[in-house]
Amino acid sequence: MTILAENPIKTVVHPSQVQQKVIASLNRRHRKEAWFRRTGLLAVLISLSLVALLFINIFSKGLPAFWQSAITLEIYFDPQIIKIPAKPEQAADESDNDFRQRYLDWQTQVGFVNFNRLITDSLQKILPDASKHRRDLGRIVTSGERFALRDMVIADPSIIGQTRSLHLLTDANIDVWLKGNIDRSLPDAQQQLSPKMREWIDKLSAEGVIQNRFSLALFMNPDSRSSLASAGLAGAFMGSFYMMLVVILLAVPMGVAAAIYLEEFAPRNKLTDLVEVNINNLAAVPSIVFGLLGASVLIGWFNLPMSAPIVGGLVLSLMTLPTVIIATRSTLKAIPPSIRQAALGLGASKMQAIFHHVLPLAIPGILTGAILGVAQALGETAPLLLIGMKSFVASIPASPFEQASALPVQIYLWQGNELRNFFEARTSAAIIVLLLMMISLNGLAIWLRKKYEKRW
Amino acid sequence: MSNSAAVKISAKDVKVFYGENEALHGISMDVYENEVISFIGPSGCGKSTFLRCMNRMNDTIEHCRVTGSITLDGRDIHDPSLDVVQLRAQVGMVFQKPNPFPKSIYENIAYGPKLHGLAERKADLDDIVESSLRRAGLWNEVKDRLDQPGTGLSGGQQQRLCIARSIAVSPEVILMDEPCSALDPIATSIIEELIDELKQNFTIVIVTHNMQQAARVSDRTAFFHLGNLIEIGNTNDLFTNPQQKRTEDYITGRYG
Repeated sequence: MTILAENPIKTVVHPSQVQQKVIASLNRRHRKEAWFRRTGLLAVLISLSLVALLFINIFSKGLPAFWQSAITLEIYFDPQIIKIPAKPEQAADESDNDFRQRYLDWQTQVGFVNFNRLITDSLQKILPDASKHRRDLGRIVTSGERFALRDMVIADPSIIGQTRSLHLLTDANIDVWLKGNIDRSLPDAQQQLSPKMREWIDKLSAEGVIQNRFSLALFMNPDSRSSLASAGLAGAFMGSFYMMLVVILLAVPMGVAAAIYLEEFAPRNKLTDLVEVNINNLAAVPSIVFGLLGASVLIGWFNLPMSAPIVGGLVLSLMTLPTVIIATRSTLKAIPPSIRQAALGLGASKMQAIFHHVLPLAIPGILTGAILGVAQALGETAPLLLIGMKSFVASIPASPFEQASALPVQIYLWQGNELRNFFEARTSAAIIVLLLMMISLNGLAIWLRKKYEKRW
Repeated sequence: MSNSAAVKISAKDVKVFYGENEALHGISMDVYENEVISFIGPSGCGKSTFLRCMNRMNDTIEHCRVTGSITLDGRDIHDPSLDVVQLRAQVGMVFQKPNPFPKSIYENIAYGPKLHGLAERKADLDDIVESSLRRAGLWNEVKDRLDQPGTGLSGGQQQRLCIARSIAVSPEVILMDEPCSALDPIATSIIEELIDELKQNFTIVIVTHNMQQAARVSDRTAFFHLGNLIEIGNTNDLFTNPQQKRTEDYITGRYG
């Protein structure tokens, strides 16, 4: 009572007006809240529609590139043209080396055969006026397909003398013409294809000899600049695959181990503070700087091969390391201390408490962080440009030490290709493949998180 | 409990520093074997800090320093030759908030015995789990769902699970840090009954905010205030006839 008497309530607003004031202020609050909600919704809608626009754009451009015009031809493996000795067999007294030498010589001989003749001969049968336009005739099927025929013969010489019905990719310009990616009303001088060629193609297309078929080349072939229609993503895909392998094997275990040590074991002092600050700094370093580092240290000092996925993987590992460390540390921080205390109170050592109780709970978070780090590395381009991975590589790497490209770099290379109206679609198709890989990695992260998540 | 009982834990001039800040100003007291002793006092008086000294849980807090000596059965618990793991196997702990591991009920109990190699065979482990749960009065409630997560139990059951978990390693002393503060009155009374049962086999040190609880469960009570031990004595004496003005003020509700 005395307290109340000593401290009388000062009435600024008369009690009868309080309700009115509250209602007025409530209306203000409601208006603000409604405004905030509308703005938020608008922001979400804008970003969603931008993403939708991006996807519609990429998919509408890229999806047609997964199908590509191919011509169905009856190829006669003419013994008159393919004049080669029998495929060598290893004799009982012959050393492996001698045999390999003999086999390689034989392959070289097969390589000298004019397989293009098989194609033009076959074309001549369906194009009666072909003999007058031999130049055009040789340009219908893309130049890479002759090697497919060669490889068939090398694999099985008994094919000589037989006739096979094959789907061969047509030239990139034919694909462009048939997909309507070039204005048909342009004058001859501005057309890539001669008038005769256009006439043939339209005829063959109408007859169903040239059809749009699912493009295996896109997935099975490496990049190509001589035979544009057969340019594929396999080389870049394998390059990216090896780099991811290196990142997963290096950055993830190292990052997780470093994070566990820093978070749980390291003493808190000036040195660990410095390490912590620098890990955060490292995460903010522009990725191209990591590329420079790779070029000067890994290639310059350690003499690792240029353009090789091993170097790319090492550079991307460095780049991913801080992401993994930061994600893992924040996950470990989020594990309630009561769990550690429970384990310690029972007489578990610090390491047992961490490995038996804290880590199992942290696994979903660690996995998510690691996978997002790997996905980030998968899409990274800039550092790869500096270690030579933007060079044109026309083979599929068999190991991380061979030259290779990477998916994002392949996108960069293709979007700069001079045959625009063919490679624009091809580029979008490559983007779709990369996006699908990203989405599946993120899906994997979500799945793993759900699988290992435990209720408290 | 008479004062002639054997001394289990003896503290001499224990001071605790958090960085520069001295939280406990030299506490000396004995804990006798098979007694229940409760620590009471207002928030921040150092009762939990002192409790945590007894199994060196303060080691896990950074910048925390303990001076003075604490002996368990006459042996200094800070003796470098004594592994803290061994100490904690002897001095178990139950925390304020029930903290079962997010594993099955069985694994919660079995973890400690497995850690210390107390069971050679699976059957032995099963026995330990069953007897621990029985002594914690939880067996009948959970015997059919030992493989269910311990986190799925009610708060009171979880706390009894934690008690069962700590007695599974057969400690000599059980430290309880406000074990009922997160529980409802019914669950609290079950735990209090349990404490009464357990004192036949264990020495129990319990920190509590609740003076009635201290009066109900403990043989002796120690009153802490501002990092000092103000008064320690038989529970009945302390509550009915406190020797210190501050104790009297606290238990009569003048401050808290």
